[in-house]
Amino acid sequence: MVISNKPLRFIIATLVACLPLFGFANATQDSLKVPTETIAVVQESAPKAEDEKSEIKEKIKEVINHHVLDGHEFSLFSDEETGAHYGFPLPIILWDNGVQFFSSSKFNHGESVAESNGNFYKLHHEKIYKTDAAGTLTEEHGHPTNAKPIDLSITKGVLTIMVVALLMFLLFSSLAKSYAKNRGISSGFGRLFEPIVLYIRDEIAIPNIGEKHYKKYMSYLLTIFFFVWFLNIFGLTPLGINVTGNIAITFGLAVITFFITNLTANKNYWGHIFWMPGVPTPMKIILAPIELLGVFIKPFALMIRLYANIFAGHIVLMSLIGLIFIFKSWLGSSLSFLLSFAISTIEILVALLQAYIFTMLSALYFGSAVEEHHHEEAH
Amino acid sequence: MEKLVSDFSFGLFIWQTIIFVGLIFLLKKFAWKPILDAVNEREEGIKNALLSAENAKKEMQNLQADNQRILHEARTERDAMLKDAREIKEKMVSDAKNEAQNQGLKMIEQAKAAIESEKNAAMAELKLQVSSLSLEIAEKLLKDELSNKEAQTKLVEKMLGDAKLN
Repeated sequence: MVISNKPLRFIIATLVACLPLFGFANATQDSLKVPTETIAVVQESAPKAEDEKSEIKEKIKEVINHHVLDGHEFSLFSDEETGAHYGFPLPIILWDNGVQFFSSSKFNHGESVAESNGNFYKLHHEKIYKTDAAGTLTEEHGHPTNAKPIDLSITKGVLTIMVVALLMFLLFSSLAKSYAKNRGISSGFGRLFEPIVLYIRDEIAIPNIGEKHYKKYMSYLLTIFFFVWFLNIFGLTPLGINVTGNIAITFGLAVITFFITNLTANKNYWGHIFWMPGVPTPMKIILAPIELLGVFIKPFALMIRLYANIFAGHIVLMSLIGLIFIFKSWLGSSLSFLLSFAISTIEILVALLQAYIFTMLSALYFGSAVEEHHHEEAH
Repeated sequence: MEKLVSDFSFGLFIWQTIIFVGLIFLLKKFAWKPILDAVNEREEGIKNALLSAENAKKEMQNLQADNQRILHEARTERDAMLKDAREIKEKMVSDAKNEAQNQGLKMIEQAKAAIESEKNAAMAELKLQVSSLSLEIAEKLLKDELSNKEAQTKLVEKMLGDAKLN
């Protein structure tokens, strides 16, 4: 029985291990489409080899820069030759002496000036500037100096967040309901995530925060873990979304961690910041500003870590995919294909790892905020 | 850094914060609380079940020990009873034996006594018979002896002579 079981188990383990590879194999090929469509066309139109190469490099750079930014429309890919864009427009909401609400199709992919209630707006590098009917932008140091209305548009990122939020809500509320239906045993698709929920409780929350206080932080830790994880994974799909690699998103998450840490902190925590027990008075005075700075540095590090990891991952991946079109030889192209394939596999791990680290460190900070020190007795 | 700041999208930040905070509260109410409660409940249930199983096992062991003890007691009691019975039997047998012996002895004794008394009676009878017979004989003899004078004197002298010798 043991002998016959082993190969079977091995095969299953191998299959499971390779599952993400197969799952992603499609994604890599699909995401190639963006550069393929744009760059392949360029290759044909440019006659000289040198020009062609530098032009491709420029194109790749542009595609990458465009990719890592948030977008005011959801473009899947576009055809440069015909100028056709495939995707769908998103609503634009501006606060400019009242709410301006119109579709992003008015910008015509940044090519034309949008008009709303007598105001004219122009899209420049995914930023909306107020302009005149002709669409003139006065530039200084490469940045337009035109007035910028407050942009509350439902961008690609916002739409993705909404989708992820909806997905999470449906997934986990169905999991919650399945317990009641099935007498305390989960069922359905949500069941897949139950071990992760338990892992966060048993391995992240309880060891870092402590048995006594961990309950009030569980909702946040669970939400942030799945939120970051799902968004990271969404970023790896060929939809070309980069949400967690956007500093505004990680800033938002870090700010919430910061507020929760400091609003739930006990006397001990503040005591350790402003008047460190157990050290001489001059040291206390020196330590106070350092500790106070630490309060802000901690969430700042959280913000930068997640942003940089995902951002860099996307850049590296896109560059490697771009290399395929620069080499244009069977050896170089297949090598960079393999390389980008390997990197995308690693990115799947990074997606999970960064979610874990964000949750873990948040739990650590919460733990330090509610920790009950017994220094007085110890010294 | 400048690029980072200039790329910062305020709208995205606002939306993300609103949606995320809303999501936390929604999930808290509809997902995390019921999930964690259910999981806790289940864990408690498992813990209790294990505990009660352990208790049942212990009880079973106690019961078994009790049974063993009772069985043992019964066995020793039976052994004791058997022993008692054997003893009683032996005692009865020996008692009966003793009784019989005593009875026999007594009967022999009685028989002996009866024989003795019979013998005595017979002896007495015999003695009586012998004495009367000897008296008769003596009488006859004396009648013969005292029939002449000379014989009488001779006898007296002989008797006197005997007496002197004494």
